[in-house]
Amino acid sequence: MYAFEIERPTTLADAVAALGREEAQALGGGQTLIPTLKQRLAMPSVLVSLSGIAEMRGVSVNDAGLLCIGGGTTHGTVAKEAAAHYPGLADLASHIGDPAVRNRGTIGGSLANNDPSACYPAAALASGATIVTNTREITADDYFQGMFTTALEEGEIVTEVKFPIPEVSCYIKFEQPASRFALVGVFVAKSADGVRVAVTGASNNGVFRWSEAEAALSSEFSVGALDGLSVASDDMIADLHGSAAYRAHLVGVMTKRAVAGAK
Amino acid sequence: MAKVAMTVNGKSVSREVEGRTLLVQFLREDLRLTGTHVGCDTSQCGACIVHVNGEAVKSCTMFAAEAEGAEVTTIEAMANEDGSLNTVQQAFQDYHGLQCGFCTPGMVMSATALLKENPKPSEQEIRDYLEGNICRCTGYHNIIKAIMAASGQEMPAMAAE
Ligand SMILES: Cc1cc2nc3c(=O)[nH]c(=O)nc-3n(C[C@H](O)[C@H](O)[C@H](O)COP(=O)(O)OP(=O)(O)OC[C@H]3O[C@@H](n4cnc5c(N)ncnc54)[C@H](O)[C@@H]3O)c2cc1C
Ligand code: FES
Ligand code: FES
Repeated sequence: MYAFEIERPTTLADAVAALGREEAQALGGGQTLIPTLKQRLAMPSVLVSLSGIAEMRGVSVNDAGLLCIGGGTTHGTVAKEAAAHYPGLADLASHIGDPAVRNRGTIGGSLANNDPSACYPAAALASGATIVTNTREITADDYFQGMFTTALEEGEIVTEVKFPIPEVSCYIKFEQPASRFALVGVFVAKSADGVRVAVTGASNNGVFRWSEAEAALSSEFSVGALDGLSVASDDMIADLHGSAAYRAHLVGVMTKRAVAGAK
Repeated sequence: MAKVAMTVNGKSVSREVEGRTLLVQFLREDLRLTGTHVGCDTSQCGACIVHVNGEAVKSCTMFAAEAEGAEVTTIEAMANEDGSLNTVQQAFQDYHGLQCGFCTPGMVMSATALLKENPKPSEQEIRDYLEGNICRCTGYHNIIKAIMAASGQEMPAMAAE
């Protein structure tokens, strides 16, 4: 690792100020950033640790019935504290990495990073969540802009994520066995407004909504409604773990399993 | 360099560290607590697991500066006061839950965290919890047996003995 300083602000305002410094970068749980620093793929002069900011942690339901999760909340806390409100989301959190990764990694870090194989982007997009930052609110449909790319500006902090709670939902991932990230993961959420289906792990453009499946499932929420539907493999990721055609096939299979498992 | 102060195995410690000093480096190199191992340094193997404020974390994937004010517990604090092995450690010995022993500090720290959350885990729950702990020697069966035994449960029959 190149040398850098670490700052540990305890308020959001101090964190925003610290991120205004030259070559400053936010540090969430470090479960992605520390490996990146070790490989010398990032070269910040200051890391602004968000883990000491109490106002960025916690899980609660607001007056509008939205599940509000602080950007600095760990996967482990979401797994426990969201279970009673939004079981599909809690279940997703409980299968990210392993227990030690879940004790450090945060929802804000995961969404800011927008790894094409990460789990939370699928939940945010399928739920129609709102990503709240220190300056504005961004709908999930506008937030994800392709692999490792989001609507966030330099120095902008994900402070909270607000999830509408669906009637039923389910996330199924086909794990890449070495990394435990999603080779393909599908989140299905059914609410009064219809069904949303978000796919992670598969596309070169990052997480996406599978609109044909959404239309079919909105008119009939059953596994059978998906018969005959498939996604094109043109834009799918191809690597040593799976070809583009294999990933496209998995999208169909994971979606069916998610519909069958929705509760 | 900046000063960092924390409690490690019940004792207050403070040192000057660089921002990039990992918690595992701080424990091993500054405090000479070399029971915590570095197997991969890439967040995969779990040999470096310690408890920070009671939770299992990979000390190769956390900066020492972030443990400011925290209570850190390492394998060195696991034995009973008279120096004899505690229940989990003794079970690893009794059930041959180790061969070379490299992964064992992390395994014991993970197992201890699991049993605190879930005192009577099933075989599957143990396997799931150890997802981030890699052992190159034992094939895991005897580790699972040791944790079952440490939790006071009967050992299930396991495939591929
Ligand atoms: C062994 C292992 C297995 C894993 N398995 C999975 C898996 O199955 N599924 C999965 O989805 N993920 C997985 N992960 C990744 C994990 O979920 C990370 O925690 C997550 O991707 C990043 O979150 P973090 O809080 O650790 O962020 P960091 O690593 O600290 O930061 C990541 C990036 O986000 C920025 N950032 C951090 N927090 C914020 C914020 N609040 N606002 C704005 N920017 C911010 C940082 O500057 C950095 O660029 C795994 C990681 C490991 C090590
Ligand atoms: S050394 Fe930390 S996970 Fe392997
Ligand atoms: S006993 Fe040798 S790695 Fe586990």
